[in-house]
Amino acid sequence: MRPKIQFLENTLIERIIAEAKEILSTLGVEINNPAILSLLSDHSAKVDIEKERVFLHSNLVDKALSTTPQSFRLYDTLGNETNNFSKNNVHFTPGSAAINILDSNTKKIRKPTTEDYINYVKVVSQLPHLASQSTAFIPADVYEKISDSYRLFLSLLYGEKPIVTGAFTAESFHVMKNLQLAVRGSKEALREKPLTIFSCCPTAPLKWSYATSQNLIDCAKYSIPVEFISMPLSGFVAPVTLTGTLIQHTAETLSGIVIGQLTNPGTPILYGGSPAIFDVRYETTPMGAIETMMIDCAYNEIGKYLDLPTQAYISLSDSKQLDAQAGLESGIGATLAALAGINNISGPGMLDFESCQSLEKLVLDNEICGMVSRLIEGINPKEDFPAISLFTELLDEKHLLIADHTRRYLRDEHFFPGPVIDRANRSRWIEEGEKTLFDRAQGEVEKLIKSYQPSQLSDEIKNELIQLMEREAQRFGQEKLPKR
Amino acid sequence: MDILKKISVSIQHGDDQSVFTLTKRAIEMNIPPKDILDHGLIDGMNIIGDKFKHHEIFLPDVLLAARAMYAGMDQLKPLLVKDGIPSMGKVVIGPVRGDLHDIGKNLVGIMLKGAGFDVIDLGKDVPPEKFVNTATIEGAKIIGMSALLTTTMPVMKEVITILRNQNLTDKIKTIIGGAPLSKEYARQIGADVYAYDAANAVESVKQLIQK
Ligand code: B12
Repeated sequence: MRPKIQFLENTLIERIIAEAKEILSTLGVEINNPAILSLLSDHSAKVDIEKERVFLHSNLVDKALSTTPQSFRLYDTLGNETNNFSKNNVHFTPGSAAINILDSNTKKIRKPTTEDYINYVKVVSQLPHLASQSTAFIPADVYEKISDSYRLFLSLLYGEKPIVTGAFTAESFHVMKNLQLAVRGSKEALREKPLTIFSCCPTAPLKWSYATSQNLIDCAKYSIPVEFISMPLSGFVAPVTLTGTLIQHTAETLSGIVIGQLTNPGTPILYGGSPAIFDVRYETTPMGAIETMMIDCAYNEIGKYLDLPTQAYISLSDSKQLDAQAGLESGIGATLAALAGINNISGPGMLDFESCQSLEKLVLDNEICGMVSRLIEGINPKEDFPAISLFTELLDEKHLLIADHTRRYLRDEHFFPGPVIDRANRSRWIEEGEKTLFDRAQGEVEKLIKSYQPSQLSDEIKNELIQLMEREAQRFGQEKLPKR
Repeated sequence: MDILKKISVSIQHGDDQSVFTLTKRAIEMNIPPKDILDHGLIDGMNIIGDKFKHHEIFLPDVLLAARAMYAGMDQLKPLLVKDGIPSMGKVVIGPVRGDLHDIGKNLVGIMLKGAGFDVIDLGKDVPPEKFVNTATIEGAKIIGMSALLTTTMPVMKEVITILRNQNLTDKIKTIIGGAPLSKEYARQIGADVYAYDAANAVESVKQLIQK
């Protein structure tokens, strides 16, 4: 049996959805994008052009839901399937778009460089429990206008795993799309085998900015999967109650689904988000708060009720260091998310309210993801009944270490974390240098950077990627890309 | 309890109706408007600020107090102007061009108003020239800018360059805030101060104005 966690009864889910639809039709959403306003108007939505507000009646929402795929898959740069977002399948991906990196040596934050990013790709490529890369942080040694596309470029050049990403402006989408076309070869091939997921964020409360809504329709036109990242902040720009926050999240996400599906029916999406409670003491948006995690798991249930694959920013921490708080918040988050069956879990590596990535934390979180993946496999009887013969063997031999039964099931039944997780006895731990968690993680990071094997993408495609990126950089007056 | 003390206490309770009536009465009693401001309204807000910092109260309490403060301030303003008492100062704030993150800036705006400053809120996605032009036209002494994206941070420097080119850096001070920024970054781009949250922004603006 797969263990599960559940927060909402179906009757409550139905009330939340009904209320969200009511909000969409009576209060409407603001959309700062004339093209979308006219698209919606063409589909008989009431539009107040002056206020840029559109009122979505529930038929329109239902129509959009009826064309939204119930699942989709991702493929790596070489075309192999890596992610199947369906049912209760769970995949992990690093937290995305950090501003800083936690320096391995000084343990202080600093702005990341191209070299850091490449090291990150080398590490994430070899972490078995992270199915995809994300464009985890922003190299600061390129012109800011290209910093969003540049990270995608580096990920495609050095890594093979598919990429969870997003554009920071409406214009950046184009080069980010062209980079993907270069890898796949054609628009059709890209549609056939999606390579990235783009995050598109409504603005709380009930609004779409030009840039993010433009990203959404551009993705839809190319059938590039979109994850909706609605961010109601409970008690601040959303109701303080978790249920109220869920109503808002539902309304914002449904509005995104309508825009995407009317632009191109069948566009793959993840019913996602990054809501948080607002901490009224510190003026912050804690991702490690238990209520934040409850909201995540609960909207995921709403997504599942609508038969849609889901995503959340969970399994990350607000701590500033790789310390016990970082471990507990990430661990609780990953556990809840997996039990809830969130299909794409974004968070590993992240600290400090989504603003700092740490390679050491990434390596630790990979183990959390491994443990949690084992957890949700649950307890399933193998050759355990009848038990008499196995126990006879145990009583005769005094142990089962080399029993057939053990050898058959050992690796499935027990998960073996890497050396970051300390399971040595004390004397051995002392003998081996009394290493702290950070020391061990640092060692792993170094080891992985050394053992990295270049991506097997053809040189021809790699050169095309380089040319595309160089041209984009030159467009903004940066003659050369940083040395790699 | 004297009436100014009562005003201060009502502010602390976030009781805007009492603050309104008490301020009205204090004005009728011919207490100098500046005293009502300093020993009533501002006194109450200072205590609130302190308690907030020490987690004795939470943000909603501060905002309620700020709202109560306006109930008194709105009556005092014309009188202060008549007495030739300069306002605490005007502050122009907004997220820079390309940046739509306005939640933090809104908070900073509310808190600055609560501390008695005139806040000119430019919304979001604010072009560099607009900061400078508004500040010049309105006679604001402070420009407050925010950036939450690495891509928009450099726009702050553009504002400072314009101020430099127009020889305005003595008259108009700059304060910056937002998740990717730091003291160090403020120094780098030549901003006068960096503030890490709304309460800190209020303290820093106060210090800047005194300079
Ligand atoms: C909420 C949020 C949003 C909301 C914003 C809603 C709104 N109306 O503001 C929405 C969903 C719209 C959004 C959109 C995007 N976001 Co956003 N967002 C956030 C998030 C989670 C929280 C920000 C927040 O409101 N915090 C709460 C407030 C109270 O805190 P604050 O803003 O820091 O403000 C405090 C201080 O900084 C200071 N301060 C703030 N302003 C000012 C002003 C002055 C004058 C002073 C003195 C002080 C000061 O005082 C405030 C009070 O304490 C941050 C994560 C983070 N770590 O900050 C990401 C984050 C900033 N966003 C990010 C990204 C990538 C985006 C998008 C590009 C995503 C996309 N692909 O669509 C878009 C960009 C839109 C745009 N062009 O601006 C990244 C930035 C990455 C980077 N390297 O630059 C972050 C770090 C998250 C992440 N890792 O992905 N976002």
